Amino acid sequence: MHGEEATGNYWVYDRRLRPGVQTLIPDTITVTGLTKTFGATIAVDHISFAVKEGEIFGFLGPNGAGKTTTTRMLTGVIPADTGTAVILGHDIRREPVLAKQGFGVVPETSNAYTDLSGWQNLMLMGELYGLPKGLAIERASDLLTTLGLFGRKDQKVLAYSKGMKQRLILAMALLHNPGLLFLDEPTSGLDVQSTQMILDLLRELNRGGTTIFLTTHNMEEANRLCHRVGIIRSGKMVALDAPEKLKAAIDRYHRIEVSFDREIPGDALTRLPGVVRADRTGDKWQITGEDRDSLIRSLVAFSQQQGAVIVTLNTLAPSLDDAFLRLTQGASP
Amino acid sequence: MNPAGFREQARRAWAIAKKDIRIYYVKGPVLIFGIFMPVFLFLAFLMGSRQLPLAFLVSGLVGMALFFTATAVSPAIFPWEGQAKTLERLASCPITIEAIVFGDMIASTLFGIGITLITVIIGLALGLTLLHGIMVLAAILLAAFCFSAIGMLLAVPPTNTPSNIMMLSSLIKFPLVFISGIFIPLEQMPPWGLALAAFSPLTYFTDLVRYAFTDGNYFPVIVDISALIIFTAVFTAVTMYLHKKTMPRRL
Repeated sequence: MHGEEATGNYWVYDRRLRPGVQTLIPDTITVTGLTKTFGATIAVDHISFAVKEGEIFGFLGPNGAGKTTTTRMLTGVIPADTGTAVILGHDIRREPVLAKQGFGVVPETSNAYTDLSGWQNLMLMGELYGLPKGLAIERASDLLTTLGLFGRKDQKVLAYSKGMKQRLILAMALLHNPGLLFLDEPTSGLDVQSTQMILDLLRELNRGGTTIFLTTHNMEEANRLCHRVGIIRSGKMVALDAPEKLKAAIDRYHRIEVSFDREIPGDALTRLPGVVRADRTGDKWQITGEDRDSLIRSLVAFSQQQGAVIVTLNTLAPSLDDAFLRLTQGASP
Repeated sequence: MNPAGFREQARRAWAIAKKDIRIYYVKGPVLIFGIFMPVFLFLAFLMGSRQLPLAFLVSGLVGMALFFTATAVSPAIFPWEGQAKTLERLASCPITIEAIVFGDMIASTLFGIGITLITVIIGLALGLTLLHGIMVLAAILLAAFCFSAIGMLLAVPPTNTPSNIMMLSSLIKFPLVFISGIFIPLEQMPPWGLALAAFSPLTYFTDLVRYAFTDGNYFPVIVDISALIIFTAVFTAVTMYLHKKTMPRRL
């Protein structure tokens, strides 16, 4: 039905059976100059980045920044105007079937067939990914059990709750044991139990070698889960780094919160080496300086000189929220 | 296994067809509509045209049944699935747009054949004799595929509002029935009517069915079959090409 050829081994069902495959792929996703316009609006503007194999990559950005458009281009749902996206060694435009065979997709809104049962949806996925029937049945049973849906497998999806639908979608995306998983806000609007179940499974999958491309608004989720995050603003990639490095990079100054067992003169604190300013907040002091290590050393030496005991000492690093807000300032909502 | 190879894509198209049959075709209202619509049209015409022989009218009934059933549901599948976002799910699966369209056509073909065979049985029950049984089966198979391609062609405009497509579908389907020699024998048509009829694949199918029941036909059998083959090939190729073009605008 078209001219693609299976030149790679990326579409094998069980990567564990083909240990050599992993060494062939330096980057799981390589994006170069990807651009998409809708009329006069540039939704995605020449973005380039790479996602390494085995990585959990967080893709963040405010509403309308171009996250979903990028994800849809990467998953071959819509074509890019210019630029390339190579997924698992296959250009998504030139070899879409071979690329799609290697990844699974969990969209933000459930798109299972509501007139089919959970089991029928999974069997359909098995056939669309070319899985032998026995393997599809085995994988479907395992996944439904893991995700707590086995008892409801013969019920129409119409009767599922939002959390159940989302878990089913995850099972559908994982049925062919993909090496790469795209997730768009997978826990958005879910209860704590479903959220925890999904996040635990993502961690477990990643430990097993699955690369994860996660689009999320949840900074805490990205902070806890992702090895690296990319932040997109108005269609352009404005930051790409590990969450901790991003947090550190946005602020030249570091803050430390300290409290002593007795009153300390504020002007003595400001005279300490490395301290830029000292602000009183309740029974604590917030000390600002350029280097966190020398600040802590100065405070410890100072407390010894003053004969004071340090009761609490906290480093106040900027959160990923801070980094996100700083990097996306001025972006249209 | 090469996932992009023809054989594998054909298997996946069959999965699409099974899904369509389960979700869209094996439904009471759809089945009832599929049978009642052509039967009522036939009865209405039977009342008003008593001078026409039964074999002519039954041939028309078979033609209408196949045409209406094979094009009844398929035009609305893409808009429905676009609306429910399940089309996006299919677009991210390793299946080509051609295979999705082909799968939809298979489902529509099977539905058309199933309902049409009932009308053939009605004809036999009314006392008609099937003179060329193999011919009518071959014609039904070929025409069902051709009409399914027409059904999918009607779904090309990239809208996710099924009612828009159904309106367009009716605007095209009903006039086609009237120019295809179903209600007026081709022999009695004016030259301009015959010229129009030549552009309708339904004309050639009805002519073949008439031949199967009466041994009489307007065009030679080889012309009817060749025309149906050409229409099927052209409509299938065009619908696949156009869906590939318009699919991104639908998603």
